[in-house]
Amino acid sequence: MNILETLSKLATESGFAGFFAAGGWKNLIMIAIACVLLYLGIGKKFEPLLLVGIAFGVLLTNIPGAGLYHMGMWDAYVYECAYDPVNDYALYNTAQERAYDEMEMNYYIVARASGHTTEQIEDYFEQQAGADVTNDFLALYATCDQNAANDLAGKLKGSLSFTDIIHLGGLLDILYIGVKAGVYPCLIFMGVGAMTDFGPMIARPSSMLMGAAAQLGVFFAFFGACLLGFAGNVAASIGIIGGADGPTAIYLTTKLAPAFLGPIAIAAYSYMALIPMIQKPLMRALTTEKERKVKMEQARNVSKVEKIIFPIVVSVFVILLIPSTAPLIGCLMFGNLLRETGVTERLSDTAQNALMNIVTLFLGISVGATTVAARFLSLQTLMIVGLGVIAFMFSTIGGLLMGKIMYKVSGGKINPLIGSAGVSAVPMAARVSQDVGRESNPNNFLLMHAMGPNVAGVIGSAIAAGFLLARFGG
Amino acid sequence: MNTLALTAGRLNVGDAGVTAVLGYAVVFFGLVLLMCVIMIMGKAMASSGKKADTKAPAAAAPAPAAPAAPSAPPAPGSAGEIKLFDVPDKEAAMIMAIVADQMGKPLNELRFKSIKEVK
Repeated sequence: MNILETLSKLATESGFAGFFAAGGWKNLIMIAIACVLLYLGIGKKFEPLLLVGIAFGVLLTNIPGAGLYHMGMWDAYVYECAYDPVNDYALYNTAQERAYDEMEMNYYIVARASGHTTEQIEDYFEQQAGADVTNDFLALYATCDQNAANDLAGKLKGSLSFTDIIHLGGLLDILYIGVKAGVYPCLIFMGVGAMTDFGPMIARPSSMLMGAAAQLGVFFAFFGACLLGFAGNVAASIGIIGGADGPTAIYLTTKLAPAFLGPIAIAAYSYMALIPMIQKPLMRALTTEKERKVKMEQARNVSKVEKIIFPIVVSVFVILLIPSTAPLIGCLMFGNLLRETGVTERLSDTAQNALMNIVTLFLGISVGATTVAARFLSLQTLMIVGLGVIAFMFSTIGGLLMGKIMYKVSGGKINPLIGSAGVSAVPMAARVSQDVGRESNPNNFLLMHAMGPNVAGVIGSAIAAGFLLARFGG
Repeated sequence: MNTLALTAGRLNVGDAGVTAVLGYAVVFFGLVLLMCVIMIMGKAMASSGKKADTKAPAAAAPAPAAPAAPSAPPAPGSAGEIKLFDVPDKEAAMIMAIVADQMGKPLNELRFKSIKEVK
């Protein structure tokens, strides 16, 4: 091999060459998007603990040739079809919404051996609309490189398991197993439970109504997504952005619409960081100065026994009501029980800190890895981003309206501003209630009162996710 | 593959609307149910607390009929009692000392009504 050949081989096999391949420009755009997200996370401190990880995952997955994440492999896993590890392609007929039949697989092999691109093959099957491809296969077989075809045929894999993914996948594929199996979001929920004091909600149970009302955006965005033509499972995953709860959104989307995990997770975390900007104008518009000035009475003191019984009671009742909430509610309440017992301080500390940090690392980078250019840069992503902000807005409106109702019913004792905290996003949404309340009355401290609806919103969004999972989970 | 999830399992407007309303209702039902349970739990706790309070003096009644000792007067310079919520005595003392130091006033000229941890 002479020097020129070696240099030429290096040039064609390098990642730089990938930018000049078909669709390679999309990778450049995704790398630019990753840099913007990194700026938002680092420079603007938008949910940095997760956004920095997600953004770096976006960056890594879109470097041509890096091979850290294989979109085709996960498609093959989800659709239970054969997989071509050479071209990272799931042998799935998208036009017919089924796995390739035997003749289609044969056609695919000879088409690849003849140098056809993914786009050409998909266009062909779209035109065929399920018709017999035998003649085209025979014609192509006669002209193709038959050794290459036999070689590729030997490398195709049947339906994949997690073990296959560990063998075939890159680092981020392996980390993504934790997302796909629903492990990371639940472990995050355990940490959230260990960090959350449900005392304000136990002291004022009526705040749960605001947590429930603030799920309005979930179902409004779901309805909007259905109107825009999204399938029910995808619409449900888009709607849950309105729950303002990252782990819940990731959990539900992984179960219902894994192909849309990247845009949904990014939208969810970006909007959570933008909560003050989204909520404050709505809070000022929907409440009067008199309502905003309301100073709430100190809630009763909650005993330690109540705090210990609470996670047990919630686990039993909510899981009995909607069994599909068991992983989320179970982990949330287990974490909270560790916190409140007083005899498991080490475990509580681990759940809140070490475990939470480790899982956040894996979750962020592996969710970011799903934003492969070919899939992320689409009109659907823009629709998801648009529906996400609508979901947040309507969740805020729902909580505020319930707050206003409770203001009337209580004879002006409840400040409706705490209703907007029902969107979850602990504790950011409660802080927004506090900030807006203090604008009208500098001596008003709404933070503790807003924590009630805030933590009720976490349970509310888990129930909403459980309902959607039961409805569309198959 | 992008179009896959767009075409499979689309809902018509009626089905989407019914699902949305039903889902919202289920969330309300779940949280209202939980609210009732917590209210009942709170009342049960309060009543058991009251029972314990009433039992305690009753149990103390047969004790020697010594004249009830008047409650100890506050120490010189102190300004009455302080209510502590989930705050240990040591931390409360530290907080009061820090506040006094920051304000540049002696501790006995300040009055703390309560200290509560904001979680």
